[in-house]
Amino acid sequence: MSLFDLRLQEIHNKLSAKELSVTDLVNEAYGRIAKTEDQVKAYLTLNEEHARAHARLLDEQLATDAPRGLLFGLPVGIKDNIVTEGLRTTCASQFLSNYDPIYDATVVQKLKKAQSITLGKLNMDEFAMGGSNENSSFYPTRNPWNLEYVPGGSSGGSAAAVAAGEAYFTLGSDTGGSIRQPASYCGVVGLKPTYGLVSRFGLVAFASSLDQIGPITKNVEDSAYVLQAIAGYDNMDSTSANVEIPDYISALNGDIKGLRIGVPKEYLGQGIDPKVKESVLSALKVLESLGATWDEVSLPHTDYAVATYYLLASSEASSNLARFDGVRYGVRAENPDNLIDLYVKSRSQGFGDEVKRRIMLGTYALSSGYYDAYYLKAQKVRTLIKQDFDQVFANYDVIIGPTAPTTAFPIGSQVDDPLTMYLNDIVTIPVSLAGVPAISVPCGLADGLPVGLQIIGKAFDESTVLRVAHAFEQNTDHHKLRPQL
Amino acid sequence: MSITVKDVEHVAKLARLALSDAEKEQFTGQLNAILKYAEKLNELNTDEVEPTTHVLQIRNVMREDETRPSLPIEKVLRNAPDEEDDQIRVPAVLE
Amino acid sequence: MSTSKYETVIGLEVHVELHTNSKIFCGCKTSFGASPNSNTCPICLGHPGVLPVLNRQAVEYAMKAAMALNCTIATESKFDRKNYFYPDSPKAYQISQYDKPIGENGWIDIEVNGETKRIGVTRLHLEEDAGKLTHVDGGYASLVDFNRVGTPLLEIVSEPDLRSAEEAKAYLEKLKAIMQYCDVSDVKMEEGSLRCDANISLRPYEQKEFGIRAELKNMNSFRGVHRGIEYEEIRQADILDDGGVVVQETRRWDDAQGKTFSMRGKEEAHDYRYFPDPDLVSVLIDDEWKSRVQASIPELPDARKARYAAEHGLPSYDADVITASMALADFFEESLKYTKDAKSVANWIMGDLLAHLNANNLEMSDVKITGQGLGEMIGLIEKGTISSKIAKTVFKEMIDSGKAPQAIVEEKGLVQISDEGAIKAIVDKVVEANPQSVEDYRAGKDKAIGFLVGQVMKESRGKANPALVNQLLAERLKG
Repeated sequence: MSLFDLRLQEIHNKLSAKELSVTDLVNEAYGRIAKTEDQVKAYLTLNEEHARAHARLLDEQLATDAPRGLLFGLPVGIKDNIVTEGLRTTCASQFLSNYDPIYDATVVQKLKKAQSITLGKLNMDEFAMGGSNENSSFYPTRNPWNLEYVPGGSSGGSAAAVAAGEAYFTLGSDTGGSIRQPASYCGVVGLKPTYGLVSRFGLVAFASSLDQIGPITKNVEDSAYVLQAIAGYDNMDSTSANVEIPDYISALNGDIKGLRIGVPKEYLGQGIDPKVKESVLSALKVLESLGATWDEVSLPHTDYAVATYYLLASSEASSNLARFDGVRYGVRAENPDNLIDLYVKSRSQGFGDEVKRRIMLGTYALSSGYYDAYYLKAQKVRTLIKQDFDQVFANYDVIIGPTAPTTAFPIGSQVDDPLTMYLNDIVTIPVSLAGVPAISVPCGLADGLPVGLQIIGKAFDESTVLRVAHAFEQNTDHHKLRPQL
Repeated sequence: MSITVKDVEHVAKLARLALSDAEKEQFTGQLNAILKYAEKLNELNTDEVEPTTHVLQIRNVMREDETRPSLPIEKVLRNAPDEEDDQIRVPAVLE
Repeated sequence: MSTSKYETVIGLEVHVELHTNSKIFCGCKTSFGASPNSNTCPICLGHPGVLPVLNRQAVEYAMKAAMALNCTIATESKFDRKNYFYPDSPKAYQISQYDKPIGENGWIDIEVNGETKRIGVTRLHLEEDAGKLTHVDGGYASLVDFNRVGTPLLEIVSEPDLRSAEEAKAYLEKLKAIMQYCDVSDVKMEEGSLRCDANISLRPYEQKEFGIRAELKNMNSFRGVHRGIEYEEIRQADILDDGGVVVQETRRWDDAQGKTFSMRGKEEAHDYRYFPDPDLVSVLIDDEWKSRVQASIPELPDARKARYAAEHGLPSYDADVITASMALADFFEESLKYTKDAKSVANWIMGDLLAHLNANNLEMSDVKITGQGLGEMIGLIEKGTISSKIAKTVFKEMIDSGKAPQAIVEEKGLVQISDEGAIKAIVDKVVEANPQSVEDYRAGKDKAIGFLVGQVMKESRGKANPALVNQLLAERLKG
């Protein structure tokens, strides 16, 4: 059994018992990276020298009685759209290929405070736009379960690194499914917290009203640990919720007797792979056996969510990505004729197709004469989508469905058809629009590829989401399956 | 509503992007497909619906008027593609 | 060529920098004149991942200013992004307010040629300032200093109610005074904390619709605003006289050349794509907050003006001049604690004091004289301790040193000579030394006495009581 099969809590116990050192953990991680990274391509930048030095410091601390942080000594991989001071942060974009951040994201400060060790920065779809990691401008990450398949995205590197044992846990970000869908494709646990629970300060914005940072882990308990460390109010983020943070670990008590589950018929209908549906239905049987009950419910505006999402997210993105103009940082085009030429060349050379496509869509949707028809309309439909969830949650504790309509698809199979690619997010996007938390946990394999079960909770009720996910996990073996590399 | 190559050119100009003729054609087609798909939103009557900018009902988030240390100039200029006299240098604004 | 056929229609768009300690969305200082980029951080530099957090004081200053301009205050206000690329705008959007400004539908009363006119204030909103560009290499390159980025800015838009350069200047001066009284800004045009753009159009007097307007920028002084508008009036009238059509465009005022120049071609058609900034939440303003801010607004220029007329019988013109600056008005009121002669105080302020300030380009805060000093000095004149002439010397000394007038008088031996014997002695001396003048006077040339009085004053080094000199000289010459 490898160190990567241990729960974070078990690793901590071994550190305390001096059966392990922090350096062992770091060595193990870089050893695994050396062995598998050529196949997986999960990382964009490694932090090896610093990480090893950090490990030595923590080992010195381990010898003393000094209090230890919540994530003491645990090596983490960080999605490359989370800003790390002094550690290159590229968003997988050529534009930022030389960007050396001058500050740390709030979550990074929190990880440091929790005494975690940064292994490196993880590959992703450029600026988090995409669901396959094929939009990384450096190289696509591959699915550890089948290297010819995509790992999902946009946090594909974050999910693949955990699945491949190249990190003990990772951070991803989720705008329309970017944590949950790759977690599903890679057979790991991915949690998108309630909008506002985790600070966005230092997360390079894609769609500000939707972006959330969350953990990707091997199991639910680890997810609770990491969430505990990164959640909480931040006065640097105006959209951060000033709520009390419960003890997520103690919520994992296995008790889901009397739990009321709503299963949206829209999440198991057209477009959902029958094998995925089958896995979800058997998962529901497991939950039933633990004392939960489920009913079919309806989220009637589900069908409108993808269109709503692409209008809103692209509009916000078109403005958020305007700052990448080649003036203050990033790669400035050489020998521009004049200022406009500097902007146009730097941006055109620096951005990939999908990013350009969304900037174009968003710019159009916000432009004079179209605002009401597209942006405002989408904001109104967003209200209806949120109301769908409010209505179901009036009677149910959680909503359960698949995380994605299918399992991972082969690399290159959807690149020419953005709309089809967008529809892969049909069951994650409504959740993002409603701002509520959701987790993806492994619930089986279909044709050798993992299937994810999505458990959606009420706003700020991560405890219930984690409790249900944990109870399911503890009564199944799906999370123990590992890809062969 | 259907968008033309001309619209794409206008939007590209607003967004400060240069597109090749092939890209213009490609984006026109793809954006039309997406916008056509988005037309399904018009099936919904939203006359009485309030827009959602934020899912959270957070209001009045403000900080007190207190200063915090600014950055040392080394950090300000660390990523500067071109600098002069502690400032960022760009080609002239006026053409 | 004349503008008399046309009515000028002017609307002003004024930007006022708020003098908060920190910037509107980050904690950097807002000071003027710091070394380049020394007051910047990842937030105001627009680095990837940063987020804005609104400065409460900026909102309160905006509310205060809006209330002082008689605006209706929004119950819910929000911030929007105005998207455009420019090197002084680090995020390539400016956080501004589009459809829910802090204040709307206000007004300012101005007085021009003795008549009061009410000018509508369309809206007042809060936004962030941009950085500064310096052109180098003969205009081939620019350097960007981001210190000013994020300084809180009010944009105050007037209705097109102004009809002349005079009115525009009066509006701007009144606006400046109100901002100064509210203590929300330094309102210094030369430092850029008060900036003004003007929309100007002409129309035949009988025409109802507005003519085509030009937007005038870069008027960096009150005088510049006045001159710029007057130039533009003539330029547009010439076009209309020749049967031409005014082009709707932005024009730059060149103060040195005294002309406006088209900026057309230098800027592209704008589509700002305003949308609500998802990084900020809305601001709800309840009655309690409003009343708290309302209570912090001091007595404003118009109210003071009315009070000066009612309490001190001050002429309207004097009151206008004095209340145009809060520092002057405060000085006026302080003086009146030490003398009852308001008109005399006003005369000293409008005469010697303003002359000194204007000649040396100074503010009240640059001079040391106190209201108490002026009040006491007027007391000394009333008592006959010093003459009005000597008072001018005392006043100058007070401006420079801030010393009490009594002390200056004693130190410099400036006490007026009212001792009849002493003056008589000087009169005798002067009469004896100037027999020709005495003869002229006696021959009926009344003017000659003026020369003799002057000689007595000169002999006394200005200290002789002029009334006594006149009286004793007259007696001596009769005798």
